[in-house]
Amino acid sequence: MLNISNLHARVEEKEILKGIDLEVKPGEVHAIMGPNGSGKSTLANVLAGRDSFEVTDGTVEFEGDNLLDMEPEDRACEGIFLGFQYPVEIAGVSNMYLLKAAINARRKHLGHPEIDAMDFLALIKEKIQLVKMNEAMLYRGVNEGFSGGEKKRNEILQMLTLEPKLVILDETDSGLDIDALKTVSDGINALRSPERAIVLVTHYQRLLDHVVPDYVHVLAGGKIIKSGGSELAQELEKKGYGWLGPASPDSVVSPEAVKSQRAEQGV
Amino acid sequence: MATQSQELEQLVKREYSAGFVTDLEADTVEPGLNEDVIRFISAKKEEPEWLLEWRLKAFEHWKTMKEPGWAHVHYPPIDYQAISYYSAPKSASDGPKSLDEVDPKLLETYEKLGIPLHEQEILAGVKQGIPNMPNVAVDAVFDSVSVATTFKDRLADAGVIFCSISEAVREHPELVKQYLGTVVPTSDNFYAALNSAVFTDGSFVFIPKGVRCPMELSTYFRINAQNTGQFERTLIVAEEGSHVSYLEGCTAPQRDENQLHAAVVELVALDDAQIKYSTVQNWYPGDEEGKGGIYNFVTKRGDCRGARSKICWTQVETGSAITWKYPSCVLQGDGSVGEFYSVALTNNLQQADTGTKMIHIGKNTRSTIISKGISAGRGEQAYRGLVKILPDADNARNYTQCDSLLIGDQCGAHTFPYTEVKNPSAHLEHEATTSKIGEDQLFYCRARGISEEDAVNMIVNGFCKEVFKELPMEFAVEAQKLLGVSLEGAVG
Repeated sequence: MLNISNLHARVEEKEILKGIDLEVKPGEVHAIMGPNGSGKSTLANVLAGRDSFEVTDGTVEFEGDNLLDMEPEDRACEGIFLGFQYPVEIAGVSNMYLLKAAINARRKHLGHPEIDAMDFLALIKEKIQLVKMNEAMLYRGVNEGFSGGEKKRNEILQMLTLEPKLVILDETDSGLDIDALKTVSDGINALRSPERAIVLVTHYQRLLDHVVPDYVHVLAGGKIIKSGGSELAQELEKKGYGWLGPASPDSVVSPEAVKSQRAEQGV
Repeated sequence: MATQSQELEQLVKREYSAGFVTDLEADTVEPGLNEDVIRFISAKKEEPEWLLEWRLKAFEHWKTMKEPGWAHVHYPPIDYQAISYYSAPKSASDGPKSLDEVDPKLLETYEKLGIPLHEQEILAGVKQGIPNMPNVAVDAVFDSVSVATTFKDRLADAGVIFCSISEAVREHPELVKQYLGTVVPTSDNFYAALNSAVFTDGSFVFIPKGVRCPMELSTYFRINAQNTGQFERTLIVAEEGSHVSYLEGCTAPQRDENQLHAAVVELVALDDAQIKYSTVQNWYPGDEEGKGGIYNFVTKRGDCRGARSKICWTQVETGSAITWKYPSCVLQGDGSVGEFYSVALTNNLQQADTGTKMIHIGKNTRSTIISKGISAGRGEQAYRGLVKILPDADNARNYTQCDSLLIGDQCGAHTFPYTEVKNPSAHLEHEATTSKIGEDQLFYCRARGISEEDAVNMIVNGFCKEVFKELPMEFAVEAQKLLGVSLEGAVG
């Protein structure tokens, strides 16, 4: 589904991603972990097409197409969803309206007619229960005056409503209390399916207790320095990122290698 | 970020689509202003002696006045002697008795603008076949003469007078004489004095006691003949307990020279009367270099003369090279209410200095001001508002909210709120915000599949929502078109 090869990216003059290789197949859940400043959010934003980041080398394919040639809105319409680390507030534009516009943009892109107003209402009312949000929040401005946790729930609501093929969640777990973390995790798990892939960008292991990933990658200094199964996350939690030492490309383990290793272990 | 603002710039650069000139023979007076020109206009309109005297007095006063220079706008000096003060479509001088007699070219022009002039078509809102036809009466002003007025009969049944001001001078001189110039005196300001001297036409509305006007009244202004200043005069009188909603909308054809427009609008609301005055203004703003746009120097004032009366101004200003406009309310009657809702958009080199004045005279008077300014390109915009509480105005209340939205980094927004409070029981609130459509907001929308253009429209529309809500349905559609956005509200 997603194939990243030797991806280099910079912001202004500073090189942040220094050669990322990653393959994500349908049905898989990948966690990308790493210390602050390692490039995790940059990777998420580059995939979504934020133009303040400049890709200087490498390729990204999404379902066989060159993702880097696509505008952000086209990426979204093709089924890529980025859950923001810091969802922005848009005063005056109601949450409901943004959601409807997003659904219709995608439907238009796929050649479908606009969603019927009643169907939309029914859909929204179903999804909002999953994230335990008050319906009144649908009528408020997008994220306007929302608490940190409410903003993240709202991201999950958008994700559930849009039903993307590839979900990228950028530190969706940060700033959540335990209940909210549980709700957000349930939302993510509800979306897990054999056709869909999920990439979780996170700093902490705690989200991964609820959403158990198939693969964990450690990003440091703009490179993936270690890959493994979900147990890697637990090990990191215990030992800290320092355990892996300075970034070294030699320690990169391909997902294939992990898979065969897991098969050997009977996981 | 550089490409970002370029893209934004392109988004806001939409070509003016109403730029066409109708080829008509005009009966135009030579440029210049003197007593003879005023006498010519007055004679042409077969006015009574008192009105000619009134005009001449205004002219005498105007000659002693200076053009105001305090507004935050810049333009080369206007040569008032280079302007022609009268232009009438020739075919109208015979006075068309019905729409069939109206120059087909005129009707064609209106059709291009999407104005439903034909009475049958408008009435078809009731009939089957043409859905969504608004229930609106149109008094079309083409250059300086009203050429067609619809719905007269239905309004007449209700006792409502809705006609051109020239006709009102002929048919209802006592009403015109009683109210004309009582809200905006001839000596009020430079442009109002000029208007009083040379006004050529405009609308007159009279709603008798206790009558709720059965439909929205609407005038479409259109400046057509080249280099002709347009000086509209509108007078609306709502007697005790009556209600009226009046819509004013404008587009103008493209041209190269700046055109001066100095209208005067006077509203009078007696006890318990309500007047809602809505404007959608889309005059030619000039090209990207600011060349050729309309100068819109307008005096609009409403007098809440009676107790518990209410006047509400709603305006959507997207056109004109320069806008100088402060629709105001004089709250004389005890318990009277004044409201001002405004959206002003400046793009390219457009300049707008607009706002309102709320003068609280009576007790328990209330006013609300919601102003939304949008600046794009190199547009400059100023909100200028005065809230004045006079000594006798016990328990007066005002709420003011001024919000500015900036698109790109070359535009400007300024707020000049003035308050004068002379009664300690007054209660005033003022809120102001300035925001910018940020790259992060646009990216957020785009990451949800919404194109940048739609995202800008959505955000601008959301910003203006509080004002759009105040517009009558028919006009909300137009405002929507003007800002190039689909309104929120289908759901939510």
